[in-house]
Amino acid sequence: MTPSVDTETRRRLKLRHAAERRFRFYSIAAIAIALGALVVLLGNIVVSGTSAFITTEIKLTVRMDPAVIDPENTGKIEDWRQANYAVIVLRALQNIVPEATGRTDRIRLLRLASSGANDTLREMVLADPTIVGKTVTVTIPASDDVDMLRKGKLKAEGGRLSAAQVGWLKRMEEKGVISTAFNTRFFASGDSREPELAGIWAAVVGTAMTLLVTLVLSFPLGVAAAIYLQEFAPKNRWTDLIEVNINNLAAVPSIVFGLLGLAVFLNFLELPRSAPLVGGMVLALMTLPTIIITARTALQSVPPSIREAAVGLGASPLQVVAHHVLPLAMPGILTGSIIGMARALGETAPLLMIGMVAFIVDIPGSPRDPATVLPVQVYLWADSPERAFVEKTAAAVLALLVFLITMNGLAIYLRKKFERRW
Amino acid sequence: MDETTTIPPAPMTAEKPAPTIAMRAAGLDVFYGDKQALFSVSVDIPERQITALIGPSGCGKSTFLRCLNRMNDTIAGCRVTGIVEVGGEDIYAREIDVVELRRRIGMVFQKPNPFPKSIYDNVAYGPRIHGLAANKGELDEIVYSCLEKTGLLDEVRDRLDEPGTSLSGGQQQRLCIARAIAVNPEIILMDEPCSALDPIATARVEELMEELRALYTIVIVTHNMQQAARVSQNTAFFHLGKLVEWGATENIFTSPQDERTQGYITGRFG
Repeated sequence: MTPSVDTETRRRLKLRHAAERRFRFYSIAAIAIALGALVVLLGNIVVSGTSAFITTEIKLTVRMDPAVIDPENTGKIEDWRQANYAVIVLRALQNIVPEATGRTDRIRLLRLASSGANDTLREMVLADPTIVGKTVTVTIPASDDVDMLRKGKLKAEGGRLSAAQVGWLKRMEEKGVISTAFNTRFFASGDSREPELAGIWAAVVGTAMTLLVTLVLSFPLGVAAAIYLQEFAPKNRWTDLIEVNINNLAAVPSIVFGLLGLAVFLNFLELPRSAPLVGGMVLALMTLPTIIITARTALQSVPPSIREAAVGLGASPLQVVAHHVLPLAMPGILTGSIIGMARALGETAPLLMIGMVAFIVDIPGSPRDPATVLPVQVYLWADSPERAFVEKTAAAVLALLVFLITMNGLAIYLRKKFERRW
Repeated sequence: MDETTTIPPAPMTAEKPAPTIAMRAAGLDVFYGDKQALFSVSVDIPERQITALIGPSGCGKSTFLRCLNRMNDTIAGCRVTGIVEVGGEDIYAREIDVVELRRRIGMVFQKPNPFPKSIYDNVAYGPRIHGLAANKGELDEIVYSCLEKTGLLDEVRDRLDEPGTSLSGGQQQRLCIARAIAVNPEIILMDEPCSALDPIATARVEELMEELRALYTIVIVTHNMQQAARVSQNTAFFHLGKLVEWGATENIFTSPQDERTQGYITGRFG
């Protein structure tokens, strides 16, 4: 500090520097708190969700007894569909635990395996009828209680499993028939009442279809509306009214759009209930104002000098927009659209109104089939009483986040691509 | 440069005592909403000469320039009455196609505004939208000859694919001039083309205008009276929306008839 600076100036400088340091500290603290909250939130979901990616399986040696599969000896494969495969599963389990012969014990023993085991055997027989009468080794899913016990999320004593069941399990583990495997079922199948059989694939497909419908409807409509309002429309009372209404629509609670969808798309137009088509249409209505507003902002931010240059060369108004303004505004428009789509991705309320909350097991084959979406699936599982659905819920949230990150990644890629053209 | 020694048109006017009129305005009034910006402007712009529009800020010279290729059409609330004739045709007549009009009357702006595209595409854009080239070869020819005319070709020959915005300010402005002449206009309007350039780039652009004068009619708005004196053969002085005086540059600068002109060119106001 130069000697010419007097003490009063020095004092004020000191205060100013102190204020700056304080402000810096507050800013860093705010960021730290926000990051901390994010870490806790994500950490919680990851910790409770990742265990859903592995599951417990039981390897059994089963005899495909013709007396059980075809009791009346008809030889017709259609009849084999009705057979009581649980008996075969039970006998295989009794090979390991011979003393479980009483009625109650038999039921308890069978409960260690998932009810999906019957389906596994049925599908094997229907796929290859020649295995009837043979002895084969199959891997079947364990029941959700067994899975929870092995993951330490269920008490060994006084829990849902009896002491006898826990003892049998211990013996099965000693024999090496119980194993842990990657849970492909979770990623490949639809919803189920049984937690060990439930998967997110139906919801993922439903989400993809719904968002595709939303994008196809709202992006071209929104961009076209924005271009007209921003570049061509005269400024008068009507366009002012339209602008105010669009801004208001962006703030309307999403469930109102669901009510509109219910009244117009389902009751009046009689489109299918619970379908991604209708879900996508409702979400498109919800996303449109966001896309229009952000696209208009992006168009507005294109420098007027570029427009003047093109107009001065004799470009028609459409050429000015199509050749110069729109390409320059495209990165901004894409960002706005992705923000709108991300909002639509997480939306549950309007979809409840149009019946997408139904229990859907089948994977939808077209946008007109009944389907559910990831956030609704999360909502449904969070509501289920079984302990095993807790980890499924968290895992579904993780899947939703992956979906979101993928979409954002795509948006960034597209942005870069459009920007690189010049 | 000394303004009195560099006024060139003397030999030319001697050869052609009455040059053809390229453009004529008569009784031109312009309103922005309720505010009148131009009051009954009447002026003749001679062909293949440089006409400078001078005057203090807000005097209406840029507004007048923008009337000449109907750029004012794009401004909401702007109303033009009166006559502007190009080659004897009223450009505000109903049957005039404004797109074709702006091809015939090119424009260069105050701030260099190349498109954020390659140097090549900047020049090729106009010929492309007006269909002036039948194939790639013809287009190349137009682009190269326009870059040549503006003296840019040697500077950018190896980087025609680079964005036009990567050039220096003076080069950008010359690129904009190349872009304007690529559509083969009759008249070029320049709105303070050198006000954003350094003196060396300014000198280069002025030289270029002098070269282009042989082929095009040029109307230039300038704040810089030395520039008007250096490059133009005709000068029009605007003040408060009125055309005060116009005529040969040498007359305006050496013996102005109006005392406002006298005051402005001697630097008493403006």
